[in-house]
Parts: sequence; structure tokens; C-alpha cells
Amino acid sequence: MSEDVTDLTAEGGRGAVPTTGVEAGAGERKRRSWPLYEVFVRGKRGLNHVHVGSLHAADDEMALHNARDVYTRRNEGVSIWVVRADHITASSPAEKDPFFAPAGDKVYRHPTFYAIPEEVPHL
Amino acid sequence: MPDTDELAAGFEAEFERTIAADQRIEPRDWMPDAYRRTLIRQIAQHAHSEIIGMQPEGNWILRAPSLRRKAILLAKVQDEAGHGMYLYAAAETLGVDREELTEKLIDSKQKYSSIFNYPTLSYADIGVIGWLVDGAAICNQVPLCRCSYGPYARAMIRICKEESFHQRQGYELLLAMVNGTEAQRAMVQESVDRWWWPSLMMFGPPDADSPNTQQSMAWGIKRHTNDELRQRFVDMTVPQAAALGVTLPDPDLRWNPERQAHDYGEPDWEEFKAVLAGSGPTNAQRLAHRRRAHENGAWVREAAQAYADKQAARSRKEAAA
Ligand SMILES: [Fe+2]
Ligand SMILES: [Fe+2]
Repeated sequence: MSEDVTDLTAEGGRGAVPTTGVEAGAGERKRRSWPLYEVFVRGKRGLNHVHVGSLHAADDEMALHNARDVYTRRNEGVSIWVVRADHITASSPAEKDPFFAPAGDKVYRHPTFYAIPEEVPHL
Repeated sequence: MPDTDELAAGFEAEFERTIAADQRIEPRDWMPDAYRRTLIRQIAQHAHSEIIGMQPEGNWILRAPSLRRKAILLAKVQDEAGHGMYLYAAAETLGVDREELTEKLIDSKQKYSSIFNYPTLSYADIGVIGWLVDGAAICNQVPLCRCSYGPYARAMIRICKEESFHQRQGYELLLAMVNGTEAQRAMVQESVDRWWWPSLMMFGPPDADSPNTQQSMAWGIKRHTNDELRQRFVDMTVPQAAALGVTLPDPDLRWNPERQAHDYGEPDWEEFKAVLAGSGPTNAQRLAHRRRAHENGAWVREAAQAYADKQAARSRKEAAA
């Protein structure tokens, strides 16, 4: 162990691991590594598909099979979508305030905006 | 138009506000570089621990005494693989590549939990690992479900749901053994004697020797100190040991009515450091096995890629025709 590995934290979850003195990762994309897929699972009939995580696969069909094995080992799903991560278009977090501003000042879109006398039923 | 310094200060203030409000940081949010690097190290090494953690138990799948026990152990080990996958996926949201992390593990540039460098010498170890090692992992992992980094917290919620099965199957296995023959009871006690101290070490060194804990707690990554979690584990485990009729191998272990908690002895931290550094009984074997599995799988990865390339070329051709 190098001298600077002094701090260990239980937050490794499965047991203490060093939080200093080890490399983090440069973020270099390995040549030819399989593409990243985002996985969405419908828990049961009547519910929306919900994002559950991601995985790597060589193609769409393998992504579906891997998603089944990784995310539905206990009947967590009745339907799975896999989408290549680079096909997703997302709003930018940096501009989130201006982007959602059009909805921000339209309180009249909510039912609570309207004052109705207490005694009027079913409204 | 604000200059870049002003923008950076604004992002940092937003980050601090989010943490202070106990809300989650999400992947594309601005975050301090040190926060990002701390999380990458923790999540990656947590993932490595799950992956390496399959080996000591996987070792017993073929030797488990019945089809029922084989099926249970297989499912448990498969879950650990799944835990590794959830965590690698969470680490990737921070901008690292999974392949790169695998290489860092194989090249020993990142570590994994010291607990997996002890050998599984008897079948009772399978029960004791489920009970104590997964039990300690649960103590560590439950607070992580509220970690400030969203993808890590969500991965931990999935994992914690599955851990309960791991601990219960281990405990049930031990119950069956202690209700068996004298020789089986002795096997369980011998196994507890070997695993107790390494399990306590899973919580890391005493708080006084853990200088970065404060920063991790300020960032909402860590919620309790190493000693707090270790104490919780000891207090939970003592009555479970009594129900099994096994003795925890610590002469200093006793209830302290003033603290309303158990006092216990000090683990051998020199052993802990040595094992983490690589001189544990099975370090070399664990890494060699992982490296071999990765290398032996290379042709599968290449074949799948070649097939995907061929299919893609074919559909491009059809589209052009
Ligand atoms: Fe696990
Ligand atoms: Fe587990």
C-alpha cells in the first residue's frame, strides 16, 4: 500500500476501501467498447416504463437480454425498453431555470388557483 | 454577460444549496471535481468488491450439499454480479468508462474490500458470510440509500432490497447446522472464529484515523462514521449469535449499561492494512482469477462486436437498396 493510502471509508459498502491514494479514472473511452444503453422497465400492467439504470451491449437484442438478467431477476418487470444512450436528447441542466420558466408563472393552470365557496359540492 | 468566474461561483453555490437542502445531485449537474473523484473511487471500488466477492462463495456452488442449497447459492452469487453491474452503471454517470474501471481493478490501481481476501475453507463459511459479511454490508449500505449522489443512492436501494435475502439464507443455513451434529456445530463455531474480526474490519479504521470522513459527511456521501456503523453491527449481531448458540471470539465483548451498547475489543489494524495492501491469504489468487476471466472472455466480446458490425452493415445496405 502506498504511503498516502491512509484514509479508508466504510462507504465502500461491501467493506472499507481507500478514498485517497488510488486512481479515480480518466474518463478515456476504450476503443471498441460496446455502446451504452439506458434501460426502462414496466413494473406491471398499468404502469409507465421507468428508468432503472444502464448497461453495455454489442447490439439491441443483447441489450434486452442483459437488461432482463441485470434488472429483472425477481419479476420486477413485464416489459423492458432499451435505448442507446447516444440516441437520447435531454434538456441541459445548466439552463434548467430558463427552459422551464414558461410554466413557472402560470399558476392559473392549477385547480387550487380558483377560489370556490366551501359549500359548493363536488368541485 | 457574466464572466466564467462568476458562472463557476454560481454553479458552486447551486451545488452547496442542493446538498444543504438534502436534495440529490444528478449526473449532468455541476459538481466540484473532488466530489466527482471521491465518488468515482468509492463507487468503482464498491463495484469491484461485489465482483471479486463472487469468488469465495462461487467456490462452493458445486459442493453445496443439496440442489436447494446449490440453487440458493447460485442466486446469491448472481445477485452479487448484478450489484457490481448496478454500481458500474452508477460510476459511468460520472464520466468514467466501465472498461477502464475493469482494467484499473485488474492492474491493482484500484482496490476492493479486504474481506474477500480470506479463503472459504468450509461449507459453514457460506452461512457465516451471508450472516456476518452481508450483515456488515447491510449496515454500511442502508445509509448509502440516502447518499447525495442520485445514481449511487438509487443503486443502493436496489441492492439493499436484495441483501436481506443474502443475510437470511446464511443465517438459516447456520441454524440448520447448529441443529445438526456436534461436528456441524463445531464447524460453525470455527468459521465464526475466523470471520468475526475481518467482518468488523469491513467498517474501516477507527474514526480518529479516518481524516477524510468529515469531508465525505459534509458532502452527504457518508452519513455515519466508521465507528458508529461498527457499533450498530456489533449490537445487532450479539443477540443473533446467542440464538445460534455460538460464541463471538472477543473476550472484551460485553454489554455496557451506561452506554446502552456493547463494548468490544480492537481489531488488528495491522492485519487489515496488510490484507488491503495485497498480502492477504488470497489476494493474488483473486486478482489472477478475475484477470483470467476477463482475458478468456475477450473472444466472446470480439465475436459479439463482429456480429453487431455485420448486422449494422447489412441493414445499411438494405436501406440503400
Ligand atoms: Fe452485494
Ligand atoms: Fe450480498
